Amino acid sequence: MMGFQIVVLWSDALIWLLVAAGVGVGLLIARNPPLLAAWRRVGANRVGMASATVLLAFILIGLLDSLHYRVQLDGKPGQKATYAIEVLSLLDVLASPLRTRNEKTYSAPFATRLYAKESIDLPGQGTVRDYPRLKYGGQHLGEREDEVAADAGLTAGRAVLLALLGWLAVAGLASAAVRQGSAAVNASGWQKIWRGETAFAWNAVLLTLLLILLFAVPLFWLAGQYHVFGTDKVGQDVLYQILKSVRTGLIIGLVTTLVMLPMAVLLGIVAGYFRGWVDDVIQYIYTVLNSIPGVLLIAAAVLMMQVVIDTHPQWFSTAAERADLRLLALCFILGITSWTGLCRLLRGETLKLRELEYIQAAQAFGVSNGRIIIRHILPNLMHIVIIALVMDFSGLVLAEAVLSYVGIGVDPTMTSFGTMINNARMELGREPAVWWSLVAAFSAMFVLVLAANLFADAVRDAFDPRAA
Amino acid sequence: MLKVDQLRLGFTAGKQTLAAVDGISFAIAKGETFALLGESGCGKSATAQGIMRLLPAAGRILGGSIQLDGEELLALPEADMRAWRGSRMAMIFQEPATSLNPVLTVGRQIGEVLERHRNLRGAGATERMLELLRQVGIADPERRLGEYPFQLSGGMKQRVMIAIALAGEPELLIADEPTTALDVTVQAQILDLLAGLQAERGMGMLLITHDLGVVARMAHRIGVMYAGELVEVASREDFFSRPQHPYTQALFAALPEVSRRGMALTTIPGQVPALSAMPAGCRFAERCPHVMAVCREISPPWREPQAGHAVRCHWQAEAAEENPLPPPAVSEAEVERPSFLAVSDLKVHFPIRRGLLQRTVGHVRAVDGVSLAISAGRTLALVGESGCGKTTVGKALLQLIKPSAGSVRLGPNELVGMAPKRLRAARRHMQMVFQDPFASLNPRLRVGDIIAEGMAALSTENDAEARLAAVAALLQQVGLPEEVAGRYPHEFSGGQRQRIAIARALAVQPELLICDEPTSALDVSVQAQILNLLKKLQQELGVAYLFITHNFAVVEYLAHDVAVMYLGRIVEQGRAEDVLRAPQHPYTQALLSAVPVPRLDAPTAVIRLGGETPSPAKPPAGCHFHPRCPHAMPVCREAYPETRRFSATHTVNCHLLP
Repeated sequence: MMGFQIVVLWSDALIWLLVAAGVGVGLLIARNPPLLAAWRRVGANRVGMASATVLLAFILIGLLDSLHYRVQLDGKPGQKATYAIEVLSLLDVLASPLRTRNEKTYSAPFATRLYAKESIDLPGQGTVRDYPRLKYGGQHLGEREDEVAADAGLTAGRAVLLALLGWLAVAGLASAAVRQGSAAVNASGWQKIWRGETAFAWNAVLLTLLLILLFAVPLFWLAGQYHVFGTDKVGQDVLYQILKSVRTGLIIGLVTTLVMLPMAVLLGIVAGYFRGWVDDVIQYIYTVLNSIPGVLLIAAAVLMMQVVIDTHPQWFSTAAERADLRLLALCFILGITSWTGLCRLLRGETLKLRELEYIQAAQAFGVSNGRIIIRHILPNLMHIVIIALVMDFSGLVLAEAVLSYVGIGVDPTMTSFGTMINNARMELGREPAVWWSLVAAFSAMFVLVLAANLFADAVRDAFDPRAA
Repeated sequence: MLKVDQLRLGFTAGKQTLAAVDGISFAIAKGETFALLGESGCGKSATAQGIMRLLPAAGRILGGSIQLDGEELLALPEADMRAWRGSRMAMIFQEPATSLNPVLTVGRQIGEVLERHRNLRGAGATERMLELLRQVGIADPERRLGEYPFQLSGGMKQRVMIAIALAGEPELLIADEPTTALDVTVQAQILDLLAGLQAERGMGMLLITHDLGVVARMAHRIGVMYAGELVEVASREDFFSRPQHPYTQALFAALPEVSRRGMALTTIPGQVPALSAMPAGCRFAERCPHVMAVCREISPPWREPQAGHAVRCHWQAEAAEENPLPPPAVSEAEVERPSFLAVSDLKVHFPIRRGLLQRTVGHVRAVDGVSLAISAGRTLALVGESGCGKTTVGKALLQLIKPSAGSVRLGPNELVGMAPKRLRAARRHMQMVFQDPFASLNPRLRVGDIIAEGMAALSTENDAEARLAAVAALLQQVGLPEEVAGRYPHEFSGGQRQRIAIARALAVQPELLICDEPTSALDVSVQAQILNLLKKLQQELGVAYLFITHNFAVVEYLAHDVAVMYLGRIVEQGRAEDVLRAPQHPYTQALLSAVPVPRLDAPTAVIRLGGETPSPAKPPAGCHFHPRCPHAMPVCREAYPETRRFSATHTVNCHLLP
C-alpha cells in the first residue's frame, strides 16, 4: 500500500469553503419563504434547469479536481518518508490513462499515427520517412489500422446502450420520487414528468441528463483506446487538458466574485444610504478605477505579483502551489478591478430604497442606521446581488481566457482555456494546421459559459419583482 | 353607437385562462356618457382595453362582440383596427405623466395623429394643432407646441392628452380614470372641459372611474361592475335616488360624509373573490347582507324594476329601508384638553444647487412658517393640494426631515435640534402611518417582526415573550387574527396592510399618530373599514391624529379641526364645522366647491381657479394665492396677509377680512 499526503492548496480550501457556504445559503433560503418561492420559480424554468444540469456536471469535474494529494515515494525502510514532487488530484487518478499515455507530439483525433513525418529506422529496409505509429492511440488494433471507424463505432454503440440503461435507472428514480411527492393518483409519476406537470422541471433535467450521458459515456469509453480530441505539441491528450481547465475556469469565476462581492455590496449601500461626502468619495474612487483601461491595470498588478513570486521561491514546496497562488492572486486582482459595476447598481437601488416608506417608518422608530441597512436594505437588494453573481461568473471565465491569451493570465504550467487558446495561435499558423485543441477548448468553454448565461437568465426572470 | 354584447376577456396564467371580464353588455349612444363604476380589480380597465383591442400580452378576447356603428370590431384585421384607433375612438389614460412621450414635443405628438388619421401636414397641421390646444384651454398654444412634456404641469399634460385624443375627431372617447391623478381644482377643470367638448361634438364617452362624485357630475347612464360582471345599469337619476343592487347600496353607505359623523361607516365584509375561484352563483353572495340560499347556486339573471334600470340580483325587497344593519352609533366626546404638541413657525427649505461647485442658488420653500397645535384625543386635518407641503410638515414634525427653522414642542421638550439620543426617546410619543400600504411594509420581514421593530428599537419591551404577547394584542386591536404574525406582507390586501401599518405605529403607544393620506390608495369600502378603525382606536386609546389628506369627505367625517395649506403656509384654520360650513378664504371656498359630490342635488356652481399651484421655489410676491384669486385686490400683490381672527377658534390669512 502506497502512502500519500493530502495537500490542501489555497484554492482547494476556498472552493470547499464555497461549497459549504452554498449549502448554508441553501438552508437559509429554505427557511425564508419569499426567497424559496423565487428559487422554486427557477426550478420550474425548463431552460434554467437544463443549464443548471450542465453547470452541475462542470462543477462536479471541478470538485473532483480540487482534492489534491502527493504520493509517497518508495524509500528504504526506516528513512524519513519522502513524497513525489508532483501534486495529483482525484480527477488525475480517475483519468490516469489520459494523463499518463503521452505521445511524442501532435496527433489528430482518433488517429493511429503522428501528425508529422519522421525518419523511422525499419529493420532491413533502412531509414524511411513516414508518419510513425502512435504509442497508445489505437494500439489495440495492431495492424488493422484502417478499421478505426468500425471499431470506434462499435465501442460507441455499446457505450450508448450503457448510457441509456443508466439514464433509465435515474429516470425511474425520479418518477418514483415524483409519485411519492404528489397526493394525486390519477397519473403515474412518469406521465406527470413527461407532460411537464411537475413543479420542478424534471423533464428538462432528465432530457439534459440523457444528452450528457449519451455524449460523455461513449467519449470516456473511447478515450481509453484513442485520443478522442487528439494530442498537443508535447503529446498530451487534449481531453485531459479540457478536464483540467474546468477547475481553473470555475475558480476564476467563483473566487473573483467572492472577492468582489463584499466590496461592491458594502460600498454601494454605504454610498447610497448615507449620501453626502461618503457618496462623493466612493463615486470618485470607482469613477477613477473605471477610467483606467482594465487590461493595463490588471497587467501591471500581475507583473508586480510575478516579481514577488519569482523572488521568493522558498515559499513554495511544489510547482503546483506556486501556480495556485498565482491563480488566486489573479482572482484578487480581477475582483478588485471589477466591483465598480455592481457597486454602481447597488448605490442606485439603495438611493431608491432609502426613500421608501418602510425605511422612513424604521427611522421614525429611531432604529439605528446599521440595523436599517442589515434588516431593511440588504435583504431587498439580494435579488440584484444574486443576478450579478451569476451574470459575472460567465464574464470572468471569458476574462481569464483573454488575459491568458495576452500572456498575463494564469501560470504557464497550469492548464486553462485561456492558455489552450493562446497555444492555438501557433498551431493554426503551422502547415498543416492543428485545429483540434482550439476547437475542443472553444466548445467546452462555449458550453460552460452558455449554460451559466442561460441559468443567469432564469434566475433573473424568477427574481424579477414584476413577474412575482 | 357602441354596442358591447356578452364580451368576455381573460388573462392567461400558465396553462389556464382566467376570465377577468365575464359577459358584459352595454350600449353607448351618440352624445351620451356611460360610466363604468367599480372598485379596483373588477375589470373596468380591461373592458376599455378590450374595446380598443389593446389588451396586454397575456390578455385574450374569449368571446362576445363589440360593434361601433354596426361594424364588428373583433372581426377586423389588426391593420384596419389601427385606422380605427385614434380616428373613430380614442382613449385618455389615468396618469398624464406617463402617457406622453418625454422626448417628443407636444406638437410632434399631436401632429402624429393628424398625419396618420387626417392626412394633415405642414402649415395645415400646425393650424389645426393650435386650434386643438385652444379648444382644450391651453393658453399661449404657439409656445406650448414646441415644448416638451416635462415643461408642463399635470393638468396641462392631461389637456394635451385630450387634445391628442380629439385630433382624430373620434366618435367615441374612452376616458380611463382621467382625473384620478389630479388635484380637485384641476379635476374640476378637466371634467368641465370633457363635458363641454362632448356636448359640442356629440361624442359618445365611456368614463371609467371609482369615484361616485365624478359619476354624479359627468354620467348620463351608469354601469356598476363587480368581479368582472355588470351588476346594475341605470340612468343617473335612478342610480342616485334608487340604487337597487346591494353592492351599489353598500358603496353609497361606505362613503364618509358629514352626516355620518360620529357613526361607524357601513363596510362590506370580505374581499372580491379571486379570478381563479369565482363562485358559481352570484359573485357578491359572500359579502351580501341580503344573501339567500338561491344566491349561492344560481347566477342571478337581469331584471328591470323600472324601464332603463336593470339589475342582476335575486333580492327584490324594496330599496334597502335605509341601512338594513343600523351602524352602531358612536358617541362623540367633546372634551377640551390642553394641547400637547405645539408647532410654531415651522420652516423646511430645500436648497437648490446648481453648477459645478453645487452652489446654493435658491430655496424650495416647501414649508414656510406653519403653526399648529394638537391636543390629546383630537383629530387635526391638514388639507391641501399636492405639492403644498403637507407631507413635509408631517415628516418635519417627526424630525425625519430636518426643519430649517421654527419649533416643535412636545410637552415641555423642544424637538428641533434635540440631541439624537434624547430624540430617540421622544420618538415614542409620535408615529406615522404612510400613504402607500404596499411601500410601507418591508416585503422581506414577517408581520410579527415588522410590528415588533419599534418596540425593540425604542426598548419599550425588552422581553421576547412579552413582545410576542404585545404583537398579538396589537393585531387583535386592529382587527386581524393573531396567526398573521408569522406571515409575509405580500399575502395581504391593501386594507389589511394598512391595518398592519397602524398596528406597527401603535406598538410604541404613541400619543400622536401622523396619518399621511392613509386611505387614498384604497377602495371606498376598504377606506370605510380603516376610518372606522381609526375612530375606534381614538376612542379606546385617546390617541390624537394629524390627518394629512386631500379628501374632503374624509375630513368632514373624521376631523375635529381643519387647517388648509397653500404653498407651504396655512391659509385657514379652525374647527371643522366652521371651516367647512363657512369657509372664509377664497382658496378654501374654491377647494370645497370643486369637490365632486356623489349626490343628485350637488351644487353645480364651481368656483373656477385659473392656472395651477405656482412653484414653491418662486412663490408669488404678496399673498401667494393672488394670481389665482377671484377677489384679488392691489394690496394682495404687495403684502402677505397676517393672521386674522374670524372667531375664537377660526383664523384666516386673507386681506378680504377686516
